[in-house]
Amino acid sequence: MSKKQIKLEARDINAYYGDFHALKGINVAMEEKTVTAFIGPSGCGKSTFLRIFNRMNDYIDGFKTEGEILLDGENIYAKNVLVDELRKRVGMVFQKPNPFPKSIYENVVYGLKIQGMSNKAALAEAAEKALHQAALWNEVKDNLNKSALALSGGQQQRLCIARALAISPSVLLMDEPASALDPISTAKIEELIHQLKEQYTIVIVTHNMQQAGRVSDTTAFFYMGELVEHAKTKTIFTNPKDKRTEDYITGRFG
Amino acid sequence: MTNSTRNRIKDKAFQVFGIFCMLIGLVFLAALLINILSEGLARIDWDFLTSLPSRRASRSGILTAWAGTLWILVLTSLIAFPLGISAGVYLEEYTKKTKMASFLEINIANLAGVPSIIYGLLGLEIFVRQMGMGSSLLAGAMTLSLLVLPIVIVTTRESLKAVPQTVRQGSFALGATKWQTTWLQVLPAAFGGILTGVIMSLSRAVGEAAPLVVVGALAYVPFVPSSPNDEFTVLPIQIFNWTSRPQAEFLVNAAAAIIMLLLITFLLNGIAVYLRNKQQKKIKW
Repeated sequence: MSKKQIKLEARDINAYYGDFHALKGINVAMEEKTVTAFIGPSGCGKSTFLRIFNRMNDYIDGFKTEGEILLDGENIYAKNVLVDELRKRVGMVFQKPNPFPKSIYENVVYGLKIQGMSNKAALAEAAEKALHQAALWNEVKDNLNKSALALSGGQQQRLCIARALAISPSVLLMDEPASALDPISTAKIEELIHQLKEQYTIVIVTHNMQQAGRVSDTTAFFYMGELVEHAKTKTIFTNPKDKRTEDYITGRFG
Repeated sequence: MTNSTRNRIKDKAFQVFGIFCMLIGLVFLAALLINILSEGLARIDWDFLTSLPSRRASRSGILTAWAGTLWILVLTSLIAFPLGISAGVYLEEYTKKTKMASFLEINIANLAGVPSIIYGLLGLEIFVRQMGMGSSLLAGAMTLSLLVLPIVIVTTRESLKAVPQTVRQGSFALGATKWQTTWLQVLPAAFGGILTGVIMSLSRAVGEAAPLVVVGALAYVPFVPSSPNDEFTVLPIQIFNWTSRPQAEFLVNAAAAIIMLLLITFLLNGIAVYLRNKQQKKIKW
């Protein structure tokens, strides 16, 4: 498509929950510093696929993955890969805001602390930077020691983004990050994604097609465990190649 | 009579029945308390708390008994809590959900219902005889530890289960290891519940006489134990001993000792309730 570097690439990914074949031979490549949206009806495998990129499915009993995921050209499913190291490079934001039951500050610095960083000044600086990036600093700067659970849903989700950014990943996975939020908070998250794209490669799962249209550069349509079509977002929405894609985006099913 | 009138009568009837059931429990408890208090309260004074047991009821005190109870409390906590909490964490956070795991789970729950005297016999054979500890505080505490371990394990697991899965995922997603996630996120979030459970288990241990009698705790100990290897007695045994004497004065002593034992259990339960409420206020998922 353009001369940008390939950041993430899936090669022949098959995944199974026990006997259920959840992902069927998926090949896709995502360029550096772009936003890719995964769309498709519920149960089509898009969230499962997203969680393949930071190996969050590893904890599910009976889950099995075949194929390769290349992050900067290296297979993250290779035997010698340390999962915790991988997740420092591939951050994740979940569907439902899930702040830790600790202070705002402790939430943001958690990722750094577990890496062994203990210098107070450096931690405070990193926290401020991450909260700025997540457009939350101005709202919480006077209450950093307040419980994160006291924040509104939208603020909690931006805190979760700040928490993910604090450890400086290069990829950010977002699993329907705005589906539990009100329209104003959603708009803030979308605005944020626009800004974050300058530094991060972002993959976002969304049920909201307008949202996919607003935030993403390319869009991938999943149906029944298959990747039906992956192209520039504009192309997908105006001139889809596959009949199923067209039916879905015009609202004929899903 | 219409259907809805009938339903309303049933509703009312059950309410009345429920109040009646609750009152039965309360009335007996109140009768017990009043009886004990009226008999024993006057007997409690400084001398009673600080005197050694004696053949003469009026000079007898519960110093050795409550000192023994305190020793047992502390030793049992030190043995049972680290073991029980670690086992609970392992079972809940580390094991895969296999058939073996559910088999273990059922059996641990069953262990919590085994009569305490059985634990006493086990303690007698293993700790007192095989391991040669004699009828010491340590043997007693280890026996009671066996008794409360299932309770500690089960409540630890329940408290860990109450921590949302999303907290663990959030921690893993930031590159935390299982140990870091458990130690830094899950355990602190479950701390209140675990603490409540272990304190409740202690208040059970404090009231036990049977297993300690079997282990060989003495009815008459003329000294305050100064090390875990010493022989000992505890409040329930002292009470049992006094109630089996023919002289009426000893019954008064028993009533006074019961008040002290009740005080300790109420105190423990009170702390547990306080901690639980505090935790509930702090963390609302």
